[in-house]
Amino acid sequence: MPDTTEKIPVTVLTGYLGAGKTTLLNRILSEPHGKKYAVIVNEFGEIGIDNDLIVGADEEVFEMNNGCICCTVRGDLIRIIDGLMRRKGKFDAIIVETTGLADPAPVAQTFFVDENVGNKTRLDAVVTVADAKWLRDRLRDAPEAKNQIAFADVILINKTDLVSDAELREVEARIRGINPYARLHRTQRAQIPLGEVLDRKAFDLERILDIEPEFLRADDHGQDHDHDHDHHHDHGHGHDHAHGGLKHYHDEEMQSISLKTEKPLDPDKFFPFIQNLTQAEGPNILRSKGILSLLDDPKRFVFQGVHMMLDGDHQREWRADEKRESRIVFIGRNLPEEKIRKGFESCVA
Amino acid sequence: MTDTRGPIPSVADRAKPVAAGGPIVAAYFLKDHAVFALGEEALLFVAPDGAEQRVAVHAGGILAVASDGARILTGGDNGRVVATNAKGESETLATDAKHRWIDRVALGPDAIAWSAGKQACVRTARGETKSLDLPSSAGGLAFSPKGLRVAVAHYGGVSLWFPNAQAAPETFAWKGSHLDVMFSPDGRFLVTAMQEAMLHGWRLADAKDMRMSGYSAKVRSMAWTPGGKWLATSGSEQLILWPFQSKDGPMGKQPRMLAPYDKRAVAIACHPRQEIVAVGFEDGMIMLARIEDGAEILARKPGAAPVSALAWSADGGKLAFGTEDGAGGIVDLA
Repeated sequence: MPDTTEKIPVTVLTGYLGAGKTTLLNRILSEPHGKKYAVIVNEFGEIGIDNDLIVGADEEVFEMNNGCICCTVRGDLIRIIDGLMRRKGKFDAIIVETTGLADPAPVAQTFFVDENVGNKTRLDAVVTVADAKWLRDRLRDAPEAKNQIAFADVILINKTDLVSDAELREVEARIRGINPYARLHRTQRAQIPLGEVLDRKAFDLERILDIEPEFLRADDHGQDHDHDHDHHHDHGHGHDHAHGGLKHYHDEEMQSISLKTEKPLDPDKFFPFIQNLTQAEGPNILRSKGILSLLDDPKRFVFQGVHMMLDGDHQREWRADEKRESRIVFIGRNLPEEKIRKGFESCVA
Repeated sequence: MTDTRGPIPSVADRAKPVAAGGPIVAAYFLKDHAVFALGEEALLFVAPDGAEQRVAVHAGGILAVASDGARILTGGDNGRVVATNAKGESETLATDAKHRWIDRVALGPDAIAWSAGKQACVRTARGETKSLDLPSSAGGLAFSPKGLRVAVAHYGGVSLWFPNAQAAPETFAWKGSHLDVMFSPDGRFLVTAMQEAMLHGWRLADAKDMRMSGYSAKVRSMAWTPGGKWLATSGSEQLILWPFQSKDGPMGKQPRMLAPYDKRAVAIACHPRQEIVAVGFEDGMIMLARIEDGAEILARKPGAAPVSALAWSADGGKLAFGTEDGAGGIVDLA
């Protein structure tokens, strides 16, 4: 991937209607951070900070003529970013606020597809604001809400003051059942240190350092996190298991699959495998990431993807003290896990 | 590709530099002044003696620029459409009621056009304003060489709009996002640049489709040679010329390719009288290519940033250029 230092970071704010996106946006804009933001919003009003550039946009999702139905881009973003870059130097970062019903994929894919956008800006992270009280209901009745959780790099469980601890753990477990990799924060009125939502470099190949599920290192952040480990039962959808207080759900529709091997992979087998998989299952694969140890290759190969689009490159040399292993994760809808596992195993050199 | 060409003659040392102080997004000649449109705020007029004058046109970004040689029309992110004449006098011709970005502008023989979001507007010489609601934001606007007809490119094709008629616009459909549109100078063809690395075209008489592909990138600059014999385009590691001389235009024909280079062509301007094309590349180099024999002349050595503006004076004696990092210049070719 080219040098990202001079590219303008773009943060995408998503969240179902009423979850608190605008509250978070106003918080970002009003904190005394000394930075200027160009903000692309869907509706004017409620936001109005001098100094910042506010641009109204109609979300225009366009299909690309490349024979791939899931390859959609946000046409309005391409146009607006082109316009904003004429004022380069007048802002430090771009924030895109999507509508409550928006799918984050076309926004992310815009950065893969449009060369001009990709050369001048970089997608920093997808930040999803979830309503602690209502998210569980939305996961049942609103596919958009589930997409936004599955796609996220950072999730704010907002309005925690409106739910009990038990309800909060429940909603966290639901989120983890869909997306175990996002950074999770509990917030009230979207109060969060800005460093947790901005400049995350979540799409930077250099930063795909650790794709361990976030819950393995749970409880290491958030002042209002609770350490009360109880074992209680739940009667919701899906299956749950309680392991030392951490409940695990498997969402019946949206899952993550994690694959790992210590044997080196044969690039002549792996790349056709991943290409074919993303071609066949692209519409169902929302995000993918991987660190690969390839046969006779002293360097780590890293990749990430959104639906059918993959971006990969050699990263750095494996260190002597480092375990050489390949790890891949997928988050997607109704993924054929057995087929994917077998396919991956057959790529071992 | 092996380069078997001999040393290329150069006129690069004849360029008078112009420091614009900000990105240059377009260049034109108004009478004997070279005019550089900047990314924000102003037009920079440069007189033949080198005297510079900054004309403030928009408080904010300049998003769209067009010229007919007599005036320059600009659209800004302040929702205004401004016309500036050769004396450097500016006038606001329209203001969007919601202060939306003016995304595209065009100048016709008797009218101006602009777009903001999903609306295109035309103001006639008599001062009447007409508007057209679109299925998506306008990607491009162009006046027909004859009559009051406006082509509006958008997602899914082009609407051919007759602002003085009650009838609904005529639609030329083609799947995808169309980002720029041009009529051929004889008015027989309509050509769009697409989000994909290709052009699309229609013969107006029978709406027959033409696909012009093979580019390595989106085509962001295109221009007609005198008389409309060739359509010169950027988007490849050379100049791509589509033949429009015959009644079928480029249908079933290969383009001509000149000025091969290892960097991509990003800006194009055609000499007003001869079949010579100025080609600006992404590394800042500018080459003049003669279509007849492919002869090349270097007009600017590679620099720090991509060429973003190119314009010939009306007599073809001067070439103005600008780059994304604000390095402008005027090459005297006479």
